[in-house]
Amino acid sequence: MRTTFINTLILEARQNPDIFLLCGDLGYSVLEPFASEFPDRFLNVGIAEQNMMQIAAGLALEGYKVFVYSIGNFPTLRCMEQIRYDVCYHNLDVKVVAVGAGYAYGPLSTSHHTTEDLAMLRSIPGMVVTAPSDPKEAEALTRYHCQYAGPGYLRINKAGEPILHKTAISVVAPQILPLLDRQDCETVVISTGAITESALSDIEENSLGWALWSMPFVNPVDRQGLIQLAKQYQTIITLEEHQLNAGAGSAIIETLMDAFASGELQTIPKVHRIAIPNTFQHVAGSQQWLRLKSGLKLSKS
Amino acid sequence: MHDTVQLALLIRQTCLTLCHTKNASHLGGAFSVADIMAVLYGHSLEHNPQQPRMPERDRLFYSKGHACTALYSALAHSGYFPVEQLLNEFTENGSFFTSHVNHHVPGVELSTGSLGHALGVAAGVTLAGERRHKDYRVYAILSDGELDEGSNWEAILFAGHHHLSRLTMVIDYNKIQSFGHVEDVLGLEPLADKLTAFGWAVAEVDGHDHEALKTVFSMATSQPLAVIAHTVKGKGVSFMENQLAWHYKSPKHDEYALALAELGGAQP
Repeated sequence: MRTTFINTLILEARQNPDIFLLCGDLGYSVLEPFASEFPDRFLNVGIAEQNMMQIAAGLALEGYKVFVYSIGNFPTLRCMEQIRYDVCYHNLDVKVVAVGAGYAYGPLSTSHHTTEDLAMLRSIPGMVVTAPSDPKEAEALTRYHCQYAGPGYLRINKAGEPILHKTAISVVAPQILPLLDRQDCETVVISTGAITESALSDIEENSLGWALWSMPFVNPVDRQGLIQLAKQYQTIITLEEHQLNAGAGSAIIETLMDAFASGELQTIPKVHRIAIPNTFQHVAGSQQWLRLKSGLKLSKS
Repeated sequence: MHDTVQLALLIRQTCLTLCHTKNASHLGGAFSVADIMAVLYGHSLEHNPQQPRMPERDRLFYSKGHACTALYSALAHSGYFPVEQLLNEFTENGSFFTSHVNHHVPGVELSTGSLGHALGVAAGVTLAGERRHKDYRVYAILSDGELDEGSNWEAILFAGHHHLSRLTMVIDYNKIQSFGHVEDVLGLEPLADKLTAFGWAVAEVDGHDHEALKTVFSMATSQPLAVIAHTVKGKGVSFMENQLAWHYKSPKHDEYALALAELGGAQP
């Protein structure tokens, strides 16, 4: 996904002279093509994320569209107040790009586990929070952030993710996207991020017979799309590589309950949330191992 | 070009009236920075109150957002909006004149109030100007206490490394921060040596000496310029000077009358 991101950004930057890329001393073997092609629109700010976000805000005040690239918690939690106050309050065109979603850097320890970012970023007014499930979504969302002017967050996994969408996709914010658009079942899985790969394989390998949708926009969510799924299915299962509290599954519950309260939904399906059970991992492990240890798996029970 | 001494007096009078009538705080820090603001808006800044977003303007980032009355008063007396509007609307329900600096007010570049933000943003704006070969200068006005914030030192390191020579940081060094004297809470000395070591040109001035301020603001340097402005908290009103209490207190009627008399203002 990170290669897809940078390749897409390079294509966009050839058309848009306002695109600027900052990094916090990370991006080795990923960002070099952009840096060499656009040396006047690239800067390694150093290992100083508060300042990096403030520099981004300053560049955006002068008309640049700024992408800020780093790992997981560093361009997000480390400089959360700069994101809230300098970027979002001033509605600046700054895109935070975090590589290493969830347990993508599993063995590197909790410092590198990106498991609270969706909750924190989706609570900030004006912040468009996105998490692609595969390289196709990563490309489409990168293009989306290049077109959209305002604060944004792109949560990408790392490298080597399979393509899940078998056909071409077009992202119209904030639409959910079908992966298994089955009508003949009672259960739909709504998944966010790269763990959608596991959702697809769990459903297919275990013949669960469920529908599966990807939810690339966590804020705002696709309200009408979610309401439609709630009318169509008796059970919704949400899946995300993020803490249970306040993540994508929470956003879905909030949306459906609001629709129920306002009368848009007459009944509401059961919503089972599968997420990290509000806990830290204290041991090393691959991404897949840590996902399973955290219970991030679909099964009949 | 204004008479900056007269402008400073008007700024102080308006700050005083705002804090009195609206029961607001941070008068001491507004008075300490008032001369700096008068010299900048009355003399040194390239700006146009009729076109607050004029592309070639110098950009001023006011980091000590709590002492907003000094910035709002400087803008009002420079013609960005009527003084009467400020006096009427400050802190009122629905007003953009919040008691920490609000970018919805004409002439304000950035909302501030959480300390340690504006210098880094100012550095980004300076970087943008350099990358696009613009001539504008960028000023960041900081309090001394907010130099406790690590984000400021990240920005200081950045600006020095990148030789951001169009950036001027003014430190309103009144020696008193929110809950004590700077030297007792978290000492900054030797401040000039630290800034020099971070790659900045450093000028130390009496922050109430207008001619000295005009001179340093006209300095051309190959590095970012740090102006350490030695100031007096509460400057201009004898019973407020060097008193921590006037970080918080609002002048009551008798105090207001005494202070206004010292500032040469007429009773409203």
